[in-house]
Amino acid sequence: MNNVRQISVFVENKPGRLSAITQILKDNGINIRALSIADTKDFGILRLIVNDPDMACQKLKDASCTVTITEVVAISIDDEMGKLSEVMSLINNAGVNIEYLYAFLSKSSNKASIILRVDDNEKAHQLFTEAGIVQLAEKDICEM
Amino acid sequence: MAKKYWNEEIECMAPEDMKKLQSERLVAQVKHVYENVPYYRNLMEEKGVTPDDIKSIDDLHKLPFVSKADLRDAYPFGLLAKPLSDCVRIHSTSGTTGKRVVAFYTQNDVDLWEDCCARAIVAVGGDESDICQVCYGYGLFTGGLGLHGGSHKVGCLTLPMSSGNTDRQIQFMTDLGSTILCCTPSYAAYIGETLHDMGYTPDDIKLKAGIFGAEPWTEEMRRSIEESLGIKAYDIYGLTETTGPGVAFECEEQTGMHINEDNFYPEIINPDTGEVLPDGEVGELVFTSLTKEAFPLLRYRTRDLCVLSRKKCSCGRTLIKMSKPMGRSDDMLIIRGVNVFPSQIETVLIEQGYTPNYLIEVDRINNKDTIDISVEMTNDQFSDTVKELQNKERQLAEAMNTMLGINPKIHLVSPKSITRSEGKAVRVIDKRKLHD
Repeated sequence: MNNVRQISVFVENKPGRLSAITQILKDNGINIRALSIADTKDFGILRLIVNDPDMACQKLKDASCTVTITEVVAISIDDEMGKLSEVMSLINNAGVNIEYLYAFLSKSSNKASIILRVDDNEKAHQLFTEAGIVQLAEKDICEM
Repeated sequence: MAKKYWNEEIECMAPEDMKKLQSERLVAQVKHVYENVPYYRNLMEEKGVTPDDIKSIDDLHKLPFVSKADLRDAYPFGLLAKPLSDCVRIHSTSGTTGKRVVAFYTQNDVDLWEDCCARAIVAVGGDESDICQVCYGYGLFTGGLGLHGGSHKVGCLTLPMSSGNTDRQIQFMTDLGSTILCCTPSYAAYIGETLHDMGYTPDDIKLKAGIFGAEPWTEEMRRSIEESLGIKAYDIYGLTETTGPGVAFECEEQTGMHINEDNFYPEIINPDTGEVLPDGEVGELVFTSLTKEAFPLLRYRTRDLCVLSRKKCSCGRTLIKMSKPMGRSDDMLIIRGVNVFPSQIETVLIEQGYTPNYLIEVDRINNKDTIDISVEMTNDQFSDTVKELQNKERQLAEAMNTMLGINPKIHLVSPKSITRSEGKAVRVIDKRKLHD
């Protein structure tokens, strides 16, 4: 299946951490395609879709960052009002739970891309295939 | 009829008579442990000492020291000097790694202990007309039952409140008119604050004195408690290993605690060399139980640093005085009355799959101790969801609570962000002002 590998990085809540992490990616020529940050009082989790997850992961670990790779699902929908709502109700009705999601707009087309972290990737893929929703592979995102 | 002393004969005994009494008791005690405790006999044989070498209290220095490590090695029955059938109770120290320290008491041990607590209550002006509210924890902790027993001996009306439920404490205090309060100093301060929050003033309560111990506190804290509750606040010292509270107690002079030296013989030693230091010098306090039957400790190293003084006291007692402990000769922390060693925190971290790199920050905010532990995140523990990471923080705090009896706030921090040890690692930042 077309799972997309997402890198999650532990970010302690103190000045300069995010800057240090993005600097490592920049120095190693890693291109960020999408990102989101979840934060609590003490720490945050930086989630990234990058052009080379293996290298990004290795370089961050070399710099003593805490990193984990999670397989997420990515879809492409029309950038139109109500489209996300349709996808959400589809997922909800199928009993798939969403841990979190984030979205970004395509530069060239009238499309929105959604990254979804769900509790059942297989089921989500099947659901999207049946509903005719375009699913993105890693290389699709890298080439955007 | 208010008594000035609970046991005038002992408390005001001429020093030479006290020494004679101590010598007799020591000789008998050494014989008792040598004959009944193989662990002690081995320690004495290793040092080449026999009971015949101990003829008076001046020979005490010939005996080996015992420490908390011995108590753990000998757990649970290794230092017991009486058959279990002669024992009537145990108490246990708050939180220790793996094995706890368990102390045994015969009925006579309990009586002598309660007698020591009775001396402390009378020294703060207590008699049978008083109402004594005991809000130390009841149970394995010695605080509750110790003062409870002392209060009974004196004949006070005893309120066995135990700790917590502050609104109820204050309700009993105002409704029944408690006159003496026994608890930890931080709890006394908290009761004072709550009292004011509930709209009461010190004029609404009848408290006249408080006996506060089991944790370090300052003169500043004493004055603030005295003001908020409208009382005189007195210190009390003790440890489960020797018996519990009442090893030493403060009199009206409030300049140090009289040691019940007829039962607990104090020495001050150089913690590095073990050499006995003269009165007036700061060193580690060492106690020898002269009268305990079930669990007699000889030359037990308390790790508390303090000074002894034979200066004449205006209260008339001749019992030697110890200063408030000025610190520890080990890294033990006392947090909300609970003994915590950083090594225990390390054990929990390793068990839970974290690195043993951590930083403990202790503070006292609004007179309550707080403990924050920074722990380094690891790749194995990390997850991409906040929910899971917060669960991990909670699990770690729960594991600490189970092991140590304290509930720390856990902070997950970046790997390698806590300074690595170069020689002696700084693991603890204690921001509390505990010593003047």
